[in-house]
Amino acid sequence: MTRDEVILAVKDIIATIAPDEELDGLNETDPLRDQIELDSMDFLDIVMELRKRYSVQVPEEDYPHLNSLDGCAEYLGPRMEDKELKLVNA
Amino acid sequence: MSAPYDTILIGAGMSGLAAGIRLAQFDQRVLVLDRHYLWGGLNSFYKQAGRRFDVGLHALTNYVPKGTRGRPLTKLLRQLRIKYDELRLAPQSYSAIRFPDAELRFANDFGLLREDVAARFPSQIDAFERLIRMVDEYDAFDPPDTALGARAVLADVFDDPLLIEMLMCPACYYGSAREGDIDWYQFVILFRSLFQEGFARPEGGIKPLLDLLVNRYKSLGGELRMRTGVKRLLHEDGRCQGVELDDGTQLMATRVLSSAGWSETMRLAGEELHEEHVDEAELGRLSFTETMFVLDQEPKDIGFDATIVFFNDAETFDYRAPEALVDPRSGVICCPNNYQSEEPLAEGLYRLTTMASYDAWKRLDADAYAAAKPRCVEEALAVAARYGIDPRPHEVYRDGFTPLTIERFTGKRGGAVYGASKKRLDGVTPLENLHLIGTDQGLLGVTGSMLSGISIANRYALVPS
Repeated sequence: MTRDEVILAVKDIIATIAPDEELDGLNETDPLRDQIELDSMDFLDIVMELRKRYSVQVPEEDYPHLNSLDGCAEYLGPRMEDKELKLVNA
Repeated sequence: MSAPYDTILIGAGMSGLAAGIRLAQFDQRVLVLDRHYLWGGLNSFYKQAGRRFDVGLHALTNYVPKGTRGRPLTKLLRQLRIKYDELRLAPQSYSAIRFPDAELRFANDFGLLREDVAARFPSQIDAFERLIRMVDEYDAFDPPDTALGARAVLADVFDDPLLIEMLMCPACYYGSAREGDIDWYQFVILFRSLFQEGFARPEGGIKPLLDLLVNRYKSLGGELRMRTGVKRLLHEDGRCQGVELDDGTQLMATRVLSSAGWSETMRLAGEELHEEHVDEAELGRLSFTETMFVLDQEPKDIGFDATIVFFNDAETFDYRAPEALVDPRSGVICCPNNYQSEEPLAEGLYRLTTMASYDAWKRLDADAYAAAKPRCVEEALAVAARYGIDPRPHEVYRDGFTPLTIERFTGKRGGAVYGASKKRLDGVTPLENLHLIGTDQGLLGVTGSMLSGISIANRYALVPS
């Protein structure tokens, strides 16, 4: 998966867990928490979906890496290199 | 013995269904069991004479408009992955608290309550603003003192006792399990849910909402078995292994979440644990009678345009299980027609709720019970009609329930709608993998119960390994 695909993968997960949010305007640098008010329960869901879809384990101490889309790409990139993008909300 | 489940949930009410959705969402093998043939628990419905009646639901509290973020209703929708529009919420017109010489109205715009407090209690408006700040700042989901009562706090804030009584009335009626008072943290939750947020009704009442939850749960692979009562919990060395059903079938599970209530759940775990962990003094005593009048006119055309009215026919509000069958001195009137609905109800509906004594109803034999029901309605209306309308001239049908009806269909001892007076916010039980959800865990009402199921499921059943 490329960097852009990792971001697509994360956005697709967010589209699943927050069906009322409009995600086109999301930028990659600001914290997701501020842009669409993701709280700790929502981050748990992102992590659970990553595990379900891509068998990627994110230990709790690493949650802060998922703070922004940039952070997700950086942290998940190496862990998802050999995975195939699966879009549920395409 | 059948293959094990990840989680068995006792009770197909709001908390069990919401927890079931959360777990099924992450591919757990989940089973929801309920003894009744209809789901919904304390927020269910029934059919009679060709009409469908809701029990429980007067209002979905915590109403916020679409797009509002970070409030309980929108958090809960996100957790269940339900779109706001799927709820099809019709907002209230306005509601009111009515005492003999005072009325306070409130609506989904908080400004109305603020204006009415300022107009009726000008000397108290600064104190009211202070109360709002206290509510905003309080961490009601991790309260430092669960024993603190709202009366003590409000007495420090206000020096007009009438305003205290008026604020206590809807808070108690919509969720105090404690007689004469309400826990301060529960008051804070209710102040936000009722006044700062507001009321709405899903189009069509509780059934479409339940259908939404059940369909979502099943589409995720969740299993739901109705008419399937749990006889006992199987456990050994402090761990729960599963459940035994009324028919003797044993089902094994990694964990069990129970919405049956604290005392009821301990009873399922056996007399020994019940004896050790249930304090009879903490059992809920608050129960209600409700009468539903079907009318030949829209209530607003005969003088009733509020959605919900909380009334109290005295200067002080006495919230406790009465000695008599009912306490007609106060009550709640709910008119489902007065939501701003796109699908108006086919007929007028006027619901009257009063506090009632389970014990007094329980003492009656069948004939006395049948005779008492209409008599109590007359007693209640003698007071309630002054704060609403007299529905009798327009009545085409009526039905009602008592604390005994509630107990029979929900399994809640004493028909205690708001559960035990002592809540168990952490959901912990003496068995390490048995947790409590629903009314006795601590969050009440339709929204609260769903959040209860979600938060306990997240905390104990979903933490990634």
